[in-house]
Amino acid sequence: MGKSPAESILSGDRKILARLLTQVENGSPEGLATLDELFPHTGKAHLIGLTGAPGTGKSSLVNQMALYYRATTNPKRVAIVAVDPSSPFTGGAVLGDRVRMRDLAGDPGVFIRSMASRGSLGGLAQTTAAVVQVFDAAGFDVILIETVGAGQTEVDIARLARTTLVVEAPGLGDEIQAIKAGILEIADILVVNKADLPGAENTERALKGMLGLAHPVEKVFRHHGQVMATPASEPANSSLWVPPILRTIATDGTGVGELIEAIEQHVQHLRRSGDWGRRERARLEAEFEALLTETLVSKFRLSVSDARYDEVVDRLVQRTLSPGEAVKVLLGG
Amino acid sequence: MSERRIRVLVAKPGLDGHDRGAKVVVRALRDAGMEVIYTGLRQTPEMIAEAALQEDVNVVGISILSGAHMALIPRILELLKANGQEHVKIFVGGIIPDEDALKLKAMGVTGIYGPGAPTGTIIDEIRLSLESDK
Repeated sequence: MGKSPAESILSGDRKILARLLTQVENGSPEGLATLDELFPHTGKAHLIGLTGAPGTGKSSLVNQMALYYRATTNPKRVAIVAVDPSSPFTGGAVLGDRVRMRDLAGDPGVFIRSMASRGSLGGLAQTTAAVVQVFDAAGFDVILIETVGAGQTEVDIARLARTTLVVEAPGLGDEIQAIKAGILEIADILVVNKADLPGAENTERALKGMLGLAHPVEKVFRHHGQVMATPASEPANSSLWVPPILRTIATDGTGVGELIEAIEQHVQHLRRSGDWGRRERARLEAEFEALLTETLVSKFRLSVSDARYDEVVDRLVQRTLSPGEAVKVLLGG
Repeated sequence: MSERRIRVLVAKPGLDGHDRGAKVVVRALRDAGMEVIYTGLRQTPEMIAEAALQEDVNVVGISILSGAHMALIPRILELLKANGQEHVKIFVGGIIPDEDALKLKAMGVTGIYGPGAPTGTIIDEIRLSLESDK
């Protein structure tokens, strides 16, 4: 005995680890203090995000990826953070991602944690970054982060993860969906899952077309019987990463080896191009800024009486103040 | 800022595939504001104990309709204890004869519910069982 929680986690205690995750999720002071203590030990894990619409097979793919990492000659320790939505009305949640991950049960090198989004809208919970830090400090080599999967605006994951996979499946949308802003822009790797279903070629073609619009790639086509080629507008240089499109079948593991290989190549690209450091800096800055905003707002709220606050809201309702003016009034400007 | 939510693991051990009851309870607990981790069918006691540890739940709900409860539940209790999870409250739903229910309660099961049990009762008793801990 006599070990601090941080020491226990660094030496691999899973029970203390699970408890700290709860404390961090709940924002408890003792949990946050342990997190501070663990922070110097973070930064080693590879954070891989998976996002995409509901039903594209993210959880099944996570299951297969973890199996693959565990089966290599030098097995990696894998943590999985799976986020599902909280009800905006009751705050309750059904977290069902484990249903697809039963193959991983009984492996001490895998740790699965389900999280409810608790009102956050970007596809992750507010504390997901902190939960990931705990796993990182605890020595997990790979951390797979699965987002809620609700739609086109789940871009928080790109800030948190070092490699972001966007998972698509046949039959979910046409090329217009593919060129809309948002989720596809954040992809480092595009995955067409359920590739055994009819329509997989169409999905792949739509994604390829979208990438062709965004990235300078060489195109070869036939025009009046003549083969023509347009050279890439820039020589293929190593600082540019064109997201590969990979096909997988997550129910049987087809294509998962190639996917892991592509992730490895992405890591090498990040290191070569210097993006690794840039992303790391942007990530920590975003996390710091979010925390700063939250702290400032709650501090400020304490300095304003509820009566004063309600009065301003009343005037908003009566339309005698605009929201912009209301902010100025409260800030005393 | 600090927010505590009741976390519940709902699992179906053994071989029966009738999960409607479990899903009704999952949904009711969600509507009561709890975070419910559903693991699906055909779980072994080992899988349930491991999931309870990783998810750091307050409550494990077990649904059994197969008649194997006297084999499975004592094993689950034993594994939870071995993992240092004796604070976790166990609730059981299913077809449990009265004499078995008495034995299971003596082993440490907190609540046992048969067909027709109102979900409101289950919710109240879960909340009550956790209050006495604090």
